[in-house]
Amino acid sequence: MKIGVVVFPGSNCDHDAYHVSKHVCGADTRFVWHKDADVKGLDAVILPGGFSYGDYLRTGGIARFSPVMKAVGEFAAKGGTVIGICNGFQILQEAGLLPGAMLRNRTTKFLSQPVHVRVERTDTPFTAGLTAGDVLTMPIGHGEGNFYLPDADLDRLEGEGRVVFRYARKDGTLDEASNPNGSARAIAGVCNEGRNVIGLMPHPERASEAALGCADGVKLFQALTRVLQAA
Amino acid sequence: MKARVYVTLKKSVFDPQGKTIHDALASMGYSSVADVRQGKFFEVSLEGVAAAAGKKLVEEIAHKVLANPVIESYTVEVE
Repeated sequence: MKIGVVVFPGSNCDHDAYHVSKHVCGADTRFVWHKDADVKGLDAVILPGGFSYGDYLRTGGIARFSPVMKAVGEFAAKGGTVIGICNGFQILQEAGLLPGAMLRNRTTKFLSQPVHVRVERTDTPFTAGLTAGDVLTMPIGHGEGNFYLPDADLDRLEGEGRVVFRYARKDGTLDEASNPNGSARAIAGVCNEGRNVIGLMPHPERASEAALGCADGVKLFQALTRVLQAA
Repeated sequence: MKARVYVTLKKSVFDPQGKTIHDALASMGYSSVADVRQGKFFEVSLEGVAAAAGKKLVEEIAHKVLANPVIESYTVEVE
């Protein structure tokens, strides 16, 4: 089992994701430079958070044209597991591998704070083994995380069971105050039709060890390594 | 030749930045401002292409790169 963490110019959570994957979960992990034209030998690819290409033009709008993204698209089309965290999620949206787009947070402020997210689906490689309704606490750090899709597309997404995480209160109930960026239907994470490409705005890699104050995020990395090992 | 590309959020999409600017203008007393929408402006210089082909090229670039069709629309002008 081998996990790759893609490094774009401006990625800044690449080492955190690598650390959690390799040292906390014990998975064979390597970095993948964004100019690499293939992802051969990998069983899962993580697109980490950060500010790829300085977020110029749009978040993820330039990174999606990096050479590695063609390979990531082909890997995903063949069923390969791809995880996008924060900026990685935005890149997957720009690349058309995940639905929707991120608008500026409704407050127009960059938000750096812990949030609670409710696990909606456990039939993805990043949430397998968890229980629907579980509430995880993880930090967010973004200016553009306000998930947008037209209403009809949101209905379809929900109908297909592709909303994986929602911003919630600690007790798992939903309200406006617990949805800090104003995301449509409190969506914090989604998956593709094949359920092998998952994106989320909160940072599990920043909440994966007790020393960091919270270790809820490691459950997602553990789910991933469990699924890959079983495959 | 030069092309100008205007990218704006679709009308159906909430524009938090435009709203903030509108609120600021209202608080400054510009009571006749009914709405503000923020967008992006690109000036693209082209060489070695005729006007019609140039416009087509810039429209392709606007669609593929400069705008995100999920949330934005664009117009292209050439001179």
